[in-house]
Amino acid sequence: MAAPDAGRHAQNDGCRTLSLSAHVGFDSLPDQLVRKSIKHGFCFNVLCIGETGIGKSALMSSLFNTNFEDAPSTHFLSSVQLRAQTCELQESNVLLKLTIVKTVGFGDQMNKADSYQPIVDYIDAQFEAYLKEELKVIRSLFSYHDTRIHVCLYFISPTGRCLKTIDLLTMRSLDSKVNIIPVIGKADSISKAELEEFKKKIMSELISNGIQIYQFPTDDETVSEINTIINGHLPFAVVGSMEKVKIGNKMVRARQYPWGIVKVENESHCDTVKLRRMLCTNMEDLREKTCAYYELYRRCRLEKLGCRDIGPENKPISLQEVIEAKRLKFFLEMERKEEEIKQRFVQRVNEKAAMLEEAEQQASMPVCLEFVF
Amino acid sequence: MSTGMRYKSKLVNPEEKQDHEKQYVGFATLPNQVHRKSVKKGFDFTLMVAGESGLGKSTLVNSLFLTDLYKDRKLLNAEERINQTVEIIKHTVDIEEKGVKLKLTIVDTPGFGDAVNNTECWKPITDYIDQQFEQYFRDESGLNRKNIQDNRVHCCLYFISPFGHGLRPVDVEFMKALHEKVNIVPLIAKADCLIPSEIRKLKERIREEIDKFGIKVYQFPECDSDEDEEFKQQDRELKAVSVFPPSAPACVFKMKAGLDSSSEHLFLSDAISKEERFESAPFAVIGSNTVVEAKGQRVRGRLYPWGIVEVENQAHCDFVKLRNMLIRTHMHDLKDVTCDVHYENYRAQCIQQMTSKLTQDNRIESPIPILPLPTPDTETEKLIKMKDEEVSTISACASWVLELESKEFLQGCPIEAVLRLPAPVSHCCGLLGWRTGCETCGFLCQGNIAPFHPRHRCFCAQAGVNTL
Repeated sequence: MAAPDAGRHAQNDGCRTLSLSAHVGFDSLPDQLVRKSIKHGFCFNVLCIGETGIGKSALMSSLFNTNFEDAPSTHFLSSVQLRAQTCELQESNVLLKLTIVKTVGFGDQMNKADSYQPIVDYIDAQFEAYLKEELKVIRSLFSYHDTRIHVCLYFISPTGRCLKTIDLLTMRSLDSKVNIIPVIGKADSISKAELEEFKKKIMSELISNGIQIYQFPTDDETVSEINTIINGHLPFAVVGSMEKVKIGNKMVRARQYPWGIVKVENESHCDTVKLRRMLCTNMEDLREKTCAYYELYRRCRLEKLGCRDIGPENKPISLQEVIEAKRLKFFLEMERKEEEIKQRFVQRVNEKAAMLEEAEQQASMPVCLEFVF
Repeated sequence: MSTGMRYKSKLVNPEEKQDHEKQYVGFATLPNQVHRKSVKKGFDFTLMVAGESGLGKSTLVNSLFLTDLYKDRKLLNAEERINQTVEIIKHTVDIEEKGVKLKLTIVDTPGFGDAVNNTECWKPITDYIDQQFEQYFRDESGLNRKNIQDNRVHCCLYFISPFGHGLRPVDVEFMKALHEKVNIVPLIAKADCLIPSEIRKLKERIREEIDKFGIKVYQFPECDSDEDEEFKQQDRELKAVSVFPPSAPACVFKMKAGLDSSSEHLFLSDAISKEERFESAPFAVIGSNTVVEAKGQRVRGRLYPWGIVEVENQAHCDFVKLRNMLIRTHMHDLKDVTCDVHYENYRAQCIQQMTSKLTQDNRIESPIPILPLPTPDTETEKLIKMKDEEVSTISACASWVLELESKEFLQGCPIEAVLRLPAPVSHCCGLLGWRTGCETCGFLCQGNIAPFHPRHRCFCAQAGVNTL
C-alpha cells in the first residue's frame, strides 16, 4: 500500500485555494472510508513469545474474551516451533479477524543460542508472502489475507530480578522487524513493591542494550496524554485466566487463591485491562508501523535481488526492465545447466555400459561368490 | 517436643520394675548419655540449593533458618550472564538453639541454568560433590582420624519453576546426574502463583515425570513401631494431603474418618497415610523475609493487593512441612543416607577402580593407601580370579552378541538362548528402593545391581558366600 499523497497537495506551487460558496459534500469522505473498511472487516495478527507455561493462551483468552484453549505443550521439544490460531470476533458491527501466533517450546532447550531463529524466520516468511503477492502480475491485494505480524507480546518471566539473557538476544533480533511490547507474565507472584523495582530494572536494561520497543504514539492530541502515562507503565504486569469465578452474582475471570482472589479486570491487581485498552485504541498505529517495517524488509530484499531505484546513468529504472533482464539471465542459465546434465548423463551411461561388460566377462569365469550388499 | 522426654517413656513401668528389680541393669540410660554427648559435640549439616536464578532460593533458606545468610550479594545483569559458568559458593554459619549447636553450611550454585547454552551445566556441581567425598575418603583412610571435617553434601534442595507445566530438560538432566550422589529434595518454588488445583496438577505431573525418567529422589522413611505417638502423628501429617482448601468437605470427611474411633485410630489413618503418602511431594513452598500484619498478628508473609500470603500457614503452602521434614525430624536421616548409601557407593567405586588399575599394573604401589581389607586366603583369591576371568569372557561374549544382534536374523532372540547360559537370577540385593540391605552380608545398596557387582564379590566373598 503506497503512502497516501494527500499531504503534497498543499505544497504544490501553482495551485490556488478556492473558497466554496455552498456545501459540496466531500466531507463525507472519511465516513465512506469507514463504511468501506467496516464492510471489509479488519484483521489483526498478534505474536506471543514466551516460555512454556508462562500464560500466553490465558492472557489472549482474557484480552479478547474468547477461549483460545490449547493443550498444554511439553517441555521436551528439540526446537522452537510456532502455532497459529485464527478466529473471527465481532463487536457491534465491526468484524475483526484475529490471528494469534504462539511459540511452542521457547526457552526449554539446553542450548538456547538459536531459539530466536525460528521466530525471525516466521516473521520474514510473512513479509515474503506479502511481497510475493505484491509482485504478482495479477494480484488481489484487496482481498488478500494479510498475515504480517502487527504486534509482538514478549512475555518476561516474573523472577522479580532482571531480564534473562535469552530475552535480550531474542528482542535484539526482533526489534527491527516487529513492534515489541514487553509484558510480565503470571504477575500475581510479584508483590507491588517488588513490581516497581522490577519494571524499572527491565526498562533500564532494555535502554542500555539499545532495544527498541514499541512506544505508544504521543503526537495525536486526543491520545497523547494517556499514552505518555501508559508508556511509563511498561512493561505491563499481566495476569490471565481461562476460568471464571463467581463473585457476588457475576462470573468474572479471576484466580482464586486460599488467601484472596485476583481479578483479571481489576486495574489495581494487574495491568491486563490497560494492555487491552492500549492494543485496541492503537491498533491502526500498530498496523502503520508494521507497514514501515515491511517497507524496510522489502527494500533489503529487492536490493539483494539486484534492483536499484537509480540506474547506472542516474536514471530511474523500471522494475519491469529489471525483472525481464533477470528472467533472460535465468533462462540462459537453465539452458546451460540442461546441456551439462545431458552431457553427464551420456557419460555415465557409457561408463555403466563398460562396467557391465566387464562384469559379464568376469561372471563367465568360475569364481567364489561374494555378495556385496 | 524435647528428645529427652522421648527416651524416658521407654523405661520399664514401676510395677514391672519391682518384679525385675534384681535384673535391672541400668543401661536404659544410654539414650540419655548419647543425647548429652551429642549436644556437647555439636552437629553439622551441609545443604545445597540449586535452581535457576530468581526462584527464591536465598529467601527460602533465610526463612528456613530465620537468619540472613546472603548479606552482600552481587546480582549480575542479563548481559553479563550470557556466558556465565556455574560457581560454587559456600556460606558457613554457627547457630545455636536450646544449647544444641549446629554448624550449617549452605552451598549455593549461582549461574546454574542461566547461560544461553546449558549443556552439562551440572558438571561443576557433581565435581564439587565428588571432591567432598574424595576428601572424606582420604581423611578416613588416613592415620590420624581425630578431627575429620565432614563437608559432604547431605541434602540438595532443587527448585522447580512453577511457571511451566512440569519438569524441564535441564531439571531432568540435573537430577539424573545427581540422584546417586546426593539426597535430592525437589521443591516447587514461588508457589504463590498457583491456585490449589494447579498445584495438585503440577505435583502429579512432576511425580509422573520423576517416575518416568527414573530419578531417585529422597523418600522419607516410615516411622518405627516403637516411636513416640506424637512423632508418628507428625509423620502421618507430613505424608497426608498437603493442600486442600477449607471448602472441600470430601477431604475433611476422609481425614475425620481416620480420627473417629480410638481403636481404629491407628489402622484407618495409617491406611489413609499410606495411600496419600507421596501426595505432598514435591513440596510447594513460598519464602519471605518480611513480616506483615495479618488478622492482628505479625506473621512472615507476602503482601498483595488481593490478600496476604502467610508462609507458615499450612493451607497456603508446604513451607512448614518442608521445615519440619528438613530440620525437625529427618535432618539426621539425611545425614545417615548420605553416609551409608551415597558415600559408600562412591567409596566402593573408587576402590574398585583402584584395584582394577592395580591388577593391570601388576600390583604397583599406589599413592593412596589401600584400605586395610583383610587379605583373602588363597582359596578365595583363586575363586576371585576365576570369577574375574568369567566376567571378562562373558563381557567379550556380550559385545559379540550385541554385534550379532544388529543383524536381522538374531533380533528377538534372548541373549541367553544365543549364549546358552542359564537366565540371570535376580541378585540377592536386587531389591527395589534404596534402603534394603543384602540378605547375606547386610550391606546397603541402591536399586538393582548387576549379578557381577564387584563390591558384592569383595565383601560377600569374605564371608565365603557364593553370590553368583
